[in-house]
Amino acid sequence: MTDPRRTSDRPTSACPMAETDAPRPAGRSRRQALAAFAAGAAATMLAPGVVLITGAAPGAARPPGTPASPAQRWGLLIELGHCADGCARCVEACQTEHGWHAGDHGAHDPHWIRLVSATDDTHGRTLNLPLMCQHCAAPPCRDVCPTHATFRRADGIVLVDRHRCIGCRYCVMACPFSARFFTPGALTDQRPHMPRGQGTAEGCTLCVHRIDQGQIPACVEACAAAGGGAMRFGDLADPDDPIRAALAELPTARLRPDLGLGTAVHYGDL
Amino acid sequence: MAAIAYDLIAVRPGRLLPILGVFAAAIVAGLGAALIMALAGHQITGMTNRVPWGLPHVFAYFLILSASGALNVAVIASVFRRADYKPLEPLSALIAVACLVGGLSLLVLDLGRPDRLMLTMTSANPRSIFAWNVVLYTGFMAVAVAHLITVIDRRFAWFGGITGHTANIWRFVLTTGTGLDLGVLVGRELIHSAVLAPLFISLALTYGLAVFLLALPGLAWLGGGTTDRALMQRLGRLLGLFVAVSAYLAVVLQAVHLYAPDGRDVVAFLLVEGGVYTALFWGGQIGLGTVVALVLAFGGRPIAAAAATVVGGFATVYVTLISAQVLPQAILPGMTVTSAFGDGALATYQPALVEWVFGVGGLAIAATVAIVACRLFRILPKASAGAGVRAIGG
Repeated sequence: MTDPRRTSDRPTSACPMAETDAPRPAGRSRRQALAAFAAGAAATMLAPGVVLITGAAPGAARPPGTPASPAQRWGLLIELGHCADGCARCVEACQTEHGWHAGDHGAHDPHWIRLVSATDDTHGRTLNLPLMCQHCAAPPCRDVCPTHATFRRADGIVLVDRHRCIGCRYCVMACPFSARFFTPGALTDQRPHMPRGQGTAEGCTLCVHRIDQGQIPACVEACAAAGGGAMRFGDLADPDDPIRAALAELPTARLRPDLGLGTAVHYGDL
Repeated sequence: MAAIAYDLIAVRPGRLLPILGVFAAAIVAGLGAALIMALAGHQITGMTNRVPWGLPHVFAYFLILSASGALNVAVIASVFRRADYKPLEPLSALIAVACLVGGLSLLVLDLGRPDRLMLTMTSANPRSIFAWNVVLYTGFMAVAVAHLITVIDRRFAWFGGITGHTANIWRFVLTTGTGLDLGVLVGRELIHSAVLAPLFISLALTYGLAVFLLALPGLAWLGGGTTDRALMQRLGRLLGLFVAVSAYLAVVLQAVHLYAPDGRDVVAFLLVEGGVYTALFWGGQIGLGTVVALVLAFGGRPIAAAAATVVGGFATVYVTLISAQVLPQAILPGMTVTSAFGDGALATYQPALVEWVFGVGGLAIAATVAIVACRLFRILPKASAGAGVRAIGG
């Protein structure tokens, strides 16, 4: 069975049956053939996990100069029941990947992703919910931005063009999930792939730089590596993507559906 | 009708220049605060990712609202053709422009990247009310200046009707946009309402007239002139009417919240549990800005009423803007939430000294623009300018 965490990593790995149909090399023994079959089967069984853990492509890397495709809609499925109590691997991975830190400056600090402890007022069940930009289909931050600095890419990823941001913080005001942040001071230890800037807005990019290289977001990768497997990444617009099957099977919900924002982060067990 | 005599504000020893000196110092301090914020970043302010808009925005909103309402007298004179208000028409337009200059200065200099302001025009997002407001603010400035020119230069008087009507319509659209700046924010429950648009129109009419009622005797004192008591009384009663309408719309806003079951906690926060915000609401917005202002306005004390309205109005804008951010967002309704970011808990906002200095600098810019313009152009009717004519209009 294909691991649902591995989503649209098309094409699949080599099919062992195809190998059996191929002409055998001269002098190859039955034992060698069986060994090859076993290796192929093992590769088929294990490759998805290995591929996921090493951060391999959910799809092919996007060639430079090629625009993002409107046929895709990247999103996440987070099964909260699998989120281990006290685990913050996703947050740590995001911090490492993008070079942001929290904890020193109180509410001045950014939290591109944060863990929210949510206790149901009715029955008292508590969940730990990773919260980040929900990459809305109709993002309020995009709508209020006066300069198009906040924009929604064709594939649904909501981003900030730091060179266009004037630092008005209207997007911070507008986000109903408190998932947009303002950089209030000089920055050090920046990542080359994620330039940030004093006086501009920022937030989760869904690791767009990794997606464009055919990799999965750092948080999803770290979650899988930690063995939790709570986070899945995939193309919500692709009917063949395993994330679609998982969404069809699992009871999921999105944050503030009443607002009609069309968020791309789905939560299981919420 | 006889031509109205306008004059430059008189330079009275010990009045005009010292006052201008104080305002200049406040402007320098404000610009210094802006520079410090630009260099060190907003981390030195009380504004955070929980409360991204703070005291500078309170000053800016108050001034921008006042700009719209300061035009009241000019509109009464030009649109409603009330000759008795005609002598104060240029001053009305000037105060509008001055308030707008002060407010916009604050908005621009508070930006994280004020150097990129031009992007609001070259890369404007038509979906953004903020972007629309850039057009509306600059347009209002242009229309108000044009109207001022038609009044102080009689060669363009024939154009005054058009500019007057245009400015009147423009300011309603502008104030609608200012209200909806906040009203469209779906995640800020205290202010997410279409009522913000008419409420802000009413607040603008109120604050602008109050500022005008303070500016008129202020300028008369600076130049050693006088004001017309009967006119002040009439404007004072008009102020009372605006105060009452603003209070009514504020009640409507909260009543709409109360009607929705999930809005009751929000209203309870503002009216009962909100600490300093509750105190400012009852003491500033309702007590001083409404009850006291009404009593004074209809009790024949227009200047005191205007002062109460301005102080109460500042509290109103503060409560409206800040409490909406302090209140935690309902990310997961029906759940009690906590996080390292402070989800589920009230945010704290303590304005830093640099914000106060910056905001007062904006007020000083507005006041200086008004005073300097009165010295450069014949804007004040002779009574207010200190030329010895006691009666204004009438």
